Amino acid sequence: MEENHLNPTCEFLLIGGSAGSLEVLFRLLPLLRSDLPVPVALILHRRNSADSSLSDLLGSKTLNPTHEVEDKEPITPGTIYLAPADYHLLIERDRTFSLDYSEKVNFSRPSIDVTFESAAEVYGPGLVAILLSGANEDGTGGLIAVKRAGGRAIVQNPDTAQMPFMPHYALTHLPIDHVFDTLQMAAFINSLE
Amino acid sequence: MIEEEDIDLLLNDLFDLYGYDFTRYSRASLKRRVVRLCSLDKFPSFAELRYRVRNDPAYLKRFVEEVTVNVTEMFRDPAFYRALRDEVLPVLGTKPFIRIWHAGCSTGEEVYSMAILLKEANLLRRSLLYATDLNPSVLEKVRKGIFSLSLMKQYSESYIASGGTQDFSSYYTAQYGQAKFDHELSEKIIISTHNLVSDSSFNEFDLILCRNVLIYFDKELQDRVLKLFDASLGTLGYLALGTKETLKFSAVQNKFKQLNREKIWKKTI
Repeated sequence: MEENHLNPTCEFLLIGGSAGSLEVLFRLLPLLRSDLPVPVALILHRRNSADSSLSDLLGSKTLNPTHEVEDKEPITPGTIYLAPADYHLLIERDRTFSLDYSEKVNFSRPSIDVTFESAAEVYGPGLVAILLSGANEDGTGGLIAVKRAGGRAIVQNPDTAQMPFMPHYALTHLPIDHVFDTLQMAAFINSLE
Repeated sequence: MIEEEDIDLLLNDLFDLYGYDFTRYSRASLKRRVVRLCSLDKFPSFAELRYRVRNDPAYLKRFVEEVTVNVTEMFRDPAFYRALRDEVLPVLGTKPFIRIWHAGCSTGEEVYSMAILLKEANLLRRSLLYATDLNPSVLEKVRKGIFSLSLMKQYSESYIASGGTQDFSSYYTAQYGQAKFDHELSEKIIISTHNLVSDSSFNEFDLILCRNVLIYFDKELQDRVLKLFDASLGTLGYLALGTKETLKFSAVQNKFKQLNREKIWKKTI
């Protein structure tokens, strides 16, 4: 019972990453069950070309449907969504996505903080957010908002990260629920209900 | 912490006192802008921001300018401009007179980009570009045609990627860190305030560009604005939206045919 109280049902899983995070996803995605019971959104820093082949590439690593978010699209379980390049990704109260082309945050658009904070307001304790490898401070402010709203914060073990700065920065700024390598991350995600 | 109910109160004030209707804007983005403004202008609480908006019409101007997003650039998405050059302008060129509407043009970088395309297609002389926005202050920037010189390198690269072959710097005069675009371009631009939420159609156009504006509206308002565009387009006119916006699932989608991979539609009836 205690365990259940500490780990409420996950309603939405967010994964944020910057430099060195694609390698992690390429290893992680094939390990995920093909009937994920939660929606997953990936917020990745990348070059702001309108190149949408990244979603095809990520999609080739998993049986779960994977695509770039369309404006006002409903968030449905079992789908892996990719934040489009050069837009911030926001979450509406009715559990749809909104896109936003406002100023960069932490030199980034999409900014991981922006999506984590926005989702924390809507999903509260039902949110799980994972921060991967990166060389930037983005994500830490977002994880703080996730925790404050009752959600769970996870970071990639900095020792396993190509760019340890981003997960390490989060670890030094807030209490993190789990520090995982790729295999542990996969096991955790596959156990979500 | 700003609550959902606070935003409702503020939106009611804006409508009752000033006639601005933001109720059908995407709430997540709008709320983020209000929180950001609260912190930028150092209001100790939301109540104080609300008081200022209610009682200071001069501050209202700043409020509207800051809660709406005014981030734009020249030749953003070069492939889009290439499609305009290669597929749209040759068709528009068969008309004796070309009317173009930039709806929600913000500070006008896209309007000047379009004017450059028209000039290079030898169509500028018989074109008029209507640039509208709900913020009077951004329109003042459109009128002046002055942008930061530090951005010109990036704009020049996008211009070349869009198929431009001229020397980009030939379109402006550099002075004191600013780039002033030629009068030849700005004299073809007609500016006017227009609110897509509340104002109606004001002319018939051959091409309407409204890029990265609809993302700030909810579905219902998006649909209403798309109907307004439909009513403002002549037969065989074109409608151009942002990379992540679509006519799909809208009430007018059957009247349009998408041209290619870029977000450009041709009105077929």
